[in-house]
Amino acid sequence: MEFSELIKTATVESVLLSCVGLPAVKGTLCITSHHLLLSSCPGGDSQPGTLELWLLIRNVDAVEKRIAGSSGTITLRCKDLKVLQLEIPGMEECLNIASSIEALSSVDSVMMMYPFFYRPQSLKLEEGWHLFPLEQYFQRIASQTSQWRLSDVNRDFTTCPTYPPTVIVPAAVDDDTLQKAARFRQGGRFPVLSYYHCKNGTAMLRSSQPLTGPNRKRCREDEMLLGTILDEGERGFIIDTRSAQAAKQARMMGGGTEPKSSYPQWRRLHRPLERGRPLQESFIKLVEACNDTSINMDRWLSRLESCRWLSHVKAALSTACLAAQCLDREEASVLVHGAEGTDTTLLVTALAQVILDPSCRTLAGFQGLLEREWIEAGHPFHLRCARSAYSHARLKQEAPLFLLFLDCVWQLSRQFPFSLEFSEHLLLTLFDNAYASAYGTFLCNNEKERCLCKVRESTHALWAWLNQPGEKKKYLNPLYSHNALVIWPSVEPQSIQLWQGLFFRWIRSSQYLDEAWAEVQRLAEGGDPPVKESVESRLSRSLSDPAAQTENGR
Amino acid sequence: PHHVRCVENVKLLDRYTNRKAANGTLYLTATHLIYVDASAEVRKEIWILHHHIATVEKLPLTTAGYPLLIHCKNFHVAHFVIGQERDCHEVYTSLLKLSQPVKSEELYAFSYNPKMSKENREIGWKLIDLKVDYQRMGIPNDYWEITDVNKDYEVCNTYPPEIVVPRAANKAVVIGSSRFRSRGRIPVLSYLYKENNAAICRCSQPLSGFSARCLEDEQMLQAIREANPGSPFMYVVDTRPKLNAMANRAAGKGYENEDNYDNIRFKFIGIENIHVMRNSLQKLLEVCEMKSPSMSDFLTGLENSGWLRHIKAVMDAGVFLAKAVKDEKASVLVHCSDGWDRTAQVCSLASLLLDPFYRTFKGFMVLIEKEWIAMGHKFSHRCGHLDGDPKEVSPVFTQFIECVWQLMQQFPCAFEFNERFLLEIHDHVYSCQFGNFLGTCHKEREDLKIFEKTHSLWPFLLQKKQELRNPLYRGFTAYKELQPNTLPFSFQFWCGMYNRFDKGMHPKQCVLDHLAEQNEGLNDIAVINRFDLPKILNLLGKSCAQSSSVAGSWCSSSLNKADVNIWISTPLIANFRG
Repeated sequence: MEFSELIKTATVESVLLSCVGLPAVKGTLCITSHHLLLSSCPGGDSQPGTLELWLLIRNVDAVEKRIAGSSGTITLRCKDLKVLQLEIPGMEECLNIASSIEALSSVDSVMMMYPFFYRPQSLKLEEGWHLFPLEQYFQRIASQTSQWRLSDVNRDFTTCPTYPPTVIVPAAVDDDTLQKAARFRQGGRFPVLSYYHCKNGTAMLRSSQPLTGPNRKRCREDEMLLGTILDEGERGFIIDTRSAQAAKQARMMGGGTEPKSSYPQWRRLHRPLERGRPLQESFIKLVEACNDTSINMDRWLSRLESCRWLSHVKAALSTACLAAQCLDREEASVLVHGAEGTDTTLLVTALAQVILDPSCRTLAGFQGLLEREWIEAGHPFHLRCARSAYSHARLKQEAPLFLLFLDCVWQLSRQFPFSLEFSEHLLLTLFDNAYASAYGTFLCNNEKERCLCKVRESTHALWAWLNQPGEKKKYLNPLYSHNALVIWPSVEPQSIQLWQGLFFRWIRSSQYLDEAWAEVQRLAEGGDPPVKESVESRLSRSLSDPAAQTENGR
Repeated sequence: PHHVRCVENVKLLDRYTNRKAANGTLYLTATHLIYVDASAEVRKEIWILHHHIATVEKLPLTTAGYPLLIHCKNFHVAHFVIGQERDCHEVYTSLLKLSQPVKSEELYAFSYNPKMSKENREIGWKLIDLKVDYQRMGIPNDYWEITDVNKDYEVCNTYPPEIVVPRAANKAVVIGSSRFRSRGRIPVLSYLYKENNAAICRCSQPLSGFSARCLEDEQMLQAIREANPGSPFMYVVDTRPKLNAMANRAAGKGYENEDNYDNIRFKFIGIENIHVMRNSLQKLLEVCEMKSPSMSDFLTGLENSGWLRHIKAVMDAGVFLAKAVKDEKASVLVHCSDGWDRTAQVCSLASLLLDPFYRTFKGFMVLIEKEWIAMGHKFSHRCGHLDGDPKEVSPVFTQFIECVWQLMQQFPCAFEFNERFLLEIHDHVYSCQFGNFLGTCHKEREDLKIFEKTHSLWPFLLQKKQELRNPLYRGFTAYKELQPNTLPFSFQFWCGMYNRFDKGMHPKQCVLDHLAEQNEGLNDIAVINRFDLPKILNLLGKSCAQSSSVAGSWCSSSLNKADVNIWISTPLIANFRG
């Protein structure tokens, strides 16, 4: 396929771009393989135009066109939730532009995506890809206990296609047992170590559901694997992220739960978390409500309630707290799983670690956590983040689990403003990049696919860009000070807030809040005058792709 | 001398956690209920001012004993369990009596003695001088004058002796207009926007009925309009819902007929009445008290309470006024029924939006003195200071304070003070510890001799400025007029107010405190003395000892003269120059 075949009209003059909170600008619109550009020409033809828009087409979630007379309006609803309007003179041009954007934004082949073409001069391709090797993480554990070992049983992805080649497993269990246990778990996701709680030697494991099935099948190897984790007389907890009923129903489909009789030392707790389509619909409804500026107070509160997003935030935080509580307070090991073990499972294990482990709360530590517990752990980003809240396309496997995780971390940062080394800005950037990115970090669904597509060899890592000294500063929390304690959040409804910085990012002006943040930075850093940034420059920057800055710098 | 009652073996239940209940001793002094937790490793005390107690309930017997549930006006909820029925009943009846004094002389302010010299006490009362604020607005000028026409309260007994009216309105016009306005509350100036001469004026509803007219009242409005030559018209804003205003016509009251007044634009802004607000708050508090509610329970309850809808209505009205004055350059006359509830909310909010002075410590005090205290907001009735008609109680002032907090959320750098300052003021509106909020109007406060017998709150707050200031404040000139976003999502539930005593719900680390401390350096932070309980109990027989607000949150030592001189001479006067 050639991109040029998809581009019906490459440039149009005198296009009016408008966006809430910004003055409208007129300029030349240009479509490239991956970007939508608009440059205004304030100084006449002789002067180079100012770049007003640099939009990654992959970021476009929905294209709506309206023709009136000889011109047309295209509304672009983006995955990062901003909404742009283009007024295009000429009906044909308008239709051509719209269908070109539609075609380009729905290219589904990973290797055709922008990260495979993006080559910034300031970064090297291999940079940032091997910052957080599992070996290194394992060494930390190995220095405390010999109970665990690294296994490369999955080196060719045959034991479990969605696990990374190396995983941490109980030292007493050999690879052969692992392979057999894998056959008893959906998708081969046998129990592996997610987190080792150094304070008391307890462990958090994760897996997928056991394939108990209607005939109550058992697997000696799986039972043994879990058995070795607990000493005699010790108790462990299995946190199932489905309701007891849903788990029971899953048995009819060949899945199920660990029955008490076969896993006598484990106590099962059901904590249903929303996933899949209902979660995506919750996201869609919330964004709809946020964009409806005509509603009154009662309507707003009732829509906020009925979309249930905040209920999901509360449930996720509560379940993560439960897991953390088992480890830290009950001094018991925990196994977390739902069905596939790639969604709510990771939400809970990753969140519990932010709550428990101070080393996950640094900028580097948090990146490591994302690598380990989301990316390498096989959260299917490509499927889950294919579409965002505006898309009219029929839902396939989209679900904003990762966004829910980021929201929960934001709630933690609000309740413990000194305990996270990174700022809200990082969480927003991660959200943006998970849905559309110039970097390869969130591409594909698992490590196996990443290997096949040669993501590590052919794209740049987001971390490489984020960790450049000049860039990094933007993501740091000036109030951070190391907090060795567990950060137990309040999960009372009064303590949980809607994440305005994300859901209203493009709807309300944040000028006064930004000024307050600048003031906080100034005070925290000892009183240098704040770096004044005009509102206009801030808004126009936020409109463009982060990559634009690097590219313009050339 | 009051006998200190003491009950041992009292449990205090924690509403939210399943933590073991505290066990301790309950003391009833002349002014406070004090609970000392004996089971805690660190000595913990809870102080509840009797005046803060809204309701006391005996609940059905439990295995642990006889429960006593206390709701406070500052939203503190204390759930005690007392071992003996007789003790429980005794505490119950004592608290009922102590929390609902019958006579004004029984109020705390009349016995509160911070050991301050008479001289300093008087200086304290002179701290806020409304004339100085009118001067700041440029009044008197060609159009406006300060008149003492009400010096004997003959025009209006709920207005202060000195009021600001248009120069063009002579005594006959003033008197005539007063006869046509509910309780004689004629149109007077609230705020003059110096930049363009547009004014905000306030009054009560006209006694227009279905067709009555009053020439002097029409002349009064004309005078107000003409005091702003830049605008051909003025707004008359009735802050009631239209239906309520129409119903009043049948009782010979009502609203202005546009045909009878030249060049007015009449507008209704539907803010509900005190009864609706009281019920709304009641519902909100029930939501706040739910035991482990789900997110849906909470949001549905919040919606059904209507509380945020009412807050938004007040804010919308304030924004309308500010815009009319600033953008349309038009004067506005505001009223509701009596012009002392909704009118006070809306006028003070508009001033706060228009003028950065009111966002300073001193300015905010002036604003409350001017629009609420002087203009006769009936604090005594609305706050239920004395045993009286419960239907007169309404959280009108609380709503104003919340609107200010909502603005702070949107403009974190625009206010000199922080949330705690708002909470302190809110506490003291109910505490009756200081004279400012006693009674219902200026005349009544004179009759009560509060200026001779009680202390003013403001110097005490200024003394604690360090802990009440906002470290992010960018100074007087950083922001002029504020234009808040009033879309529904901009209004948040104020956990710090309505769940203030449920510490577990609040952010575990406070950014503003941290920044304030960091920038304090070696500055002298107001010293907070912890109460020494045995000593206080000793003192209680003699005089009603020291001061305290709630829950032992602060306890000022007696002001010494040096302190007083410092706050009089430097920061306050300086603020006026801004």
